[in-house]
Amino acid sequence: MSKERIKISEDLYDIMPSDYQDLVKSATYGKEDRGWKDIGNSKELIEQHSLCAGCPESMAFRYILASLPNPEDTVMVGSTGCTSLVFPMVAVHNIHSLFGNQNAIASGLKRALSVRFPGRTKDVVVLAGDGATVDIGLDMTLQAWFRQEKFTTICFDNELYANTGGQESGLMQKGFVAKMAPVGKLFDKVRLPEIARESGCHYVVQCTVSKPSLVEKVIKNAVMIAREIGPTYLQLYTPCILEIGKNSMEGLQEMRDSEKPTERFAYKEYISEPAKQLLAEMAAKAQEKKAAAKQLAAQGA
Amino acid sequence: MIQYRVLPGPEHFLPPSAASMGICLPNPGEGHINGVIVPEEKAYEEAAKQFLMAKVPTLFPGPLVLWAWNEKAAKKATAIRHLYNTLKECVQPGQTPMLIPMPDYRPKYPKINPEVEINPNHPNLTIWHNKIDCCMFIGVHCHQANLSLKIIRGGTACYTMAMCAQAGHEDAMLSFRDASVEKIMKLAEWVKKLKGTVQPQLTSAKSRASN
Repeated sequence: MSKERIKISEDLYDIMPSDYQDLVKSATYGKEDRGWKDIGNSKELIEQHSLCAGCPESMAFRYILASLPNPEDTVMVGSTGCTSLVFPMVAVHNIHSLFGNQNAIASGLKRALSVRFPGRTKDVVVLAGDGATVDIGLDMTLQAWFRQEKFTTICFDNELYANTGGQESGLMQKGFVAKMAPVGKLFDKVRLPEIARESGCHYVVQCTVSKPSLVEKVIKNAVMIAREIGPTYLQLYTPCILEIGKNSMEGLQEMRDSEKPTERFAYKEYISEPAKQLLAEMAAKAQEKKAAAKQLAAQGA
Repeated sequence: MIQYRVLPGPEHFLPPSAASMGICLPNPGEGHINGVIVPEEKAYEEAAKQFLMAKVPTLFPGPLVLWAWNEKAAKKATAIRHLYNTLKECVQPGQTPMLIPMPDYRPKYPKINPEVEINPNHPNLTIWHNKIDCCMFIGVHCHQANLSLKIIRGGTACYTMAMCAQAGHEDAMLSFRDASVEKIMKLAEWVKKLKGTVQPQLTSAKSRASN
């Protein structure tokens, strides 16, 4: 499916709200090389959101939605948390799961889609917060990886339960005192990227969302590897500026500070051998395509 | 035991589904009015009357007709536009027919613009804002239509009708089944036929809709 299938009935076109008209006219459904650079040039797949002003999660959402390789044939599975406030405004199919169930639902969904649409590529992407991924839903998260389910799991790690006022989560850093966790965290941040690697994920990345080009790269890699090989996991730092006492304008700097080589969100990546091979093949194909386009342009000139 | 009837509300918060109160769906060739099965012709007449009586008769086309999935959907859209144009021609001064889309079912949180769209998860906002006292759902998937019709019945005084492409809707006050281009056009003919014979309820409509 591509934008070709998305058409408004001519006789009712004028009554459609403008955001739907814009989606049909200038969204990037079906565009092969879509990416974060389309932001500002085309209609985004997120119309508006109800997150706090300056929330890094909203940046992450915009970059991810701009980078999905196949948004018209992608289903996103969300869970309870700040992300669930955004999904209703997203122009990509999505399901809201019970808190923590997201990876179980995605497993069934992915299998059902492959039976229902055997000839079509359908991507499933889980996007949930750290509470849903690491605490309440850890069982479902791990079991999906053990079973080698072919979908991507993205964790928006803000290191606490932000939506409910700042309770301690497994991904909170040791010693951190939150509004509703006054004693301070007594144990270390759960090392989920390492657990993901050991649980069978073929592509694991931990990073912040301060660099859109990096987010685009890891999203595309994760989705393509999940499609062809097996589970992938991305842990993206999206700090809750309210809960860590920052202002609206300080989210980006907070991420930059936290991704320095010695800090807890230093870029971390693991790629399995089959995934490395796939990425190499994809890179070779992209190179070939580029060369062919260059040749064609030269001939035209 | 008193027989339950599907009547304009506001019924109360969380009204029961009409099916659970014993209301049955019509068979082919029939419709229902307030939960009573009637011949389809009777339903056409009553639907046209309700439109011509209302201060703000409104059509709510849903995703099945707003989006041109196939040729049939596009033709239904044309028929809906014809019905709307007919309504505009046939109403009297003071009546304001509206055509408001339900483009999709996303529970648009925290707000929608009730002037330009209706959302099945909080349809009452659009009904209240535009003071709609009579409406018809066309091209809305059944599960969303039922949800929405129930919310409208629970919280507003709006008279609801459904032009359903499947088996009809118990939760509407009036329902057709097996909707087609021909049926929509036939309803437009009935509106034309009854033009000038129905007295609009302009004063009471306002107070009913703002309940």
